[in-house]
Amino acid sequence: MIKARVTVTLKNGVLDPQGKAIEGALGSLGFDGVGGIRQGKVFDLELATADRAKAESDLKAMCEKLLANTVIENYTIALS
Amino acid sequence: MKSAVVQLPGLNRDRDMIAALTKISGIAPVTVWQTETDLPDVDLIVIPGGFSYGDYLRCGAIAARMPVMQAIKAKAEAGVKVLGVCNGFQILLEAGLLPGALMRNASLKFVCREVKLEVVNAETDFTRAYEKGQIIRCPVAHHDGNFFADAETLAAIEGNGQVVFRYAEGTNPNGSLNDIAGVMNAKGNVLGLMPHPENLIEAAHGGSDGRALFASVLDVIAA
Repeated sequence: MIKARVTVTLKNGVLDPQGKAIEGALGSLGFDGVGGIRQGKVFDLELATADRAKAESDLKAMCEKLLANTVIENYTIALS
Repeated sequence: MKSAVVQLPGLNRDRDMIAALTKISGIAPVTVWQTETDLPDVDLIVIPGGFSYGDYLRCGAIAARMPVMQAIKAKAEAGVKVLGVCNGFQILLEAGLLPGALMRNASLKFVCREVKLEVVNAETDFTRAYEKGQIIRCPVAHHDGNFFADAETLAAIEGNGQVVFRYAEGTNPNGSLNDIAGVMNAKGNVLGLMPHPENLIEAAHGGSDGRALFASVLDVIAA
């Protein structure tokens, strides 16, 4: 079995109103000088295979087909 | 006009859409469940609003991968008209039938109110019963209606007349780029919009500005 983590983040240039709101909330907690917050998503997966190359290509297909909306999001894949 | 209304778990505006189509066309639409792949022979397929799959992952993301969407894609390619309203619009974008994406409202709040729409393109099969530049009233009710497309896509859809409805000046409820409220595909047979024209079709609704959208499709199909 291979464990994997997929991280999905907004592309540069895509506005992130949630990130902005979080930034504002951190400021109101007294954390000054925090900027550029972008909210993203993390997916932890277990794949029933030992073939790392296949796992990687499957995960890429999963990202392209469902986990990320590539109009607005980028993704990275990490195998453990 | 023969029409079909798609039903998926979590969609809740299907009854309003069925009522509107029945009243305006005189024929009740057939309903299509998400697992169906053999679609009836209809002129118009409508994906109504709601919260399919609880908006999990992204609004419309799961619904867009259901078997019925492959069948709708094939019908759209064959020229059948497809209309997506609210969550239906989100589903069409997620399925790749329309360009762009819809993001969380800039205000981060759910907006439920009436807006004014400008009919930007009145030469489409969905809008020919309106006048170009006409300002109509229409209700909106959504949390993720903030239209986004990269600069290249935006320039392309603006240039091709694919922007069909815009929020009239000062009424953009969600931060959409270029005040975009509704877009169609390049071929002109698939339209998605966030506002709910099916909820403003008769006096009991307080107005009938949405009626002409369905009347346009009817005329085209009868012609």
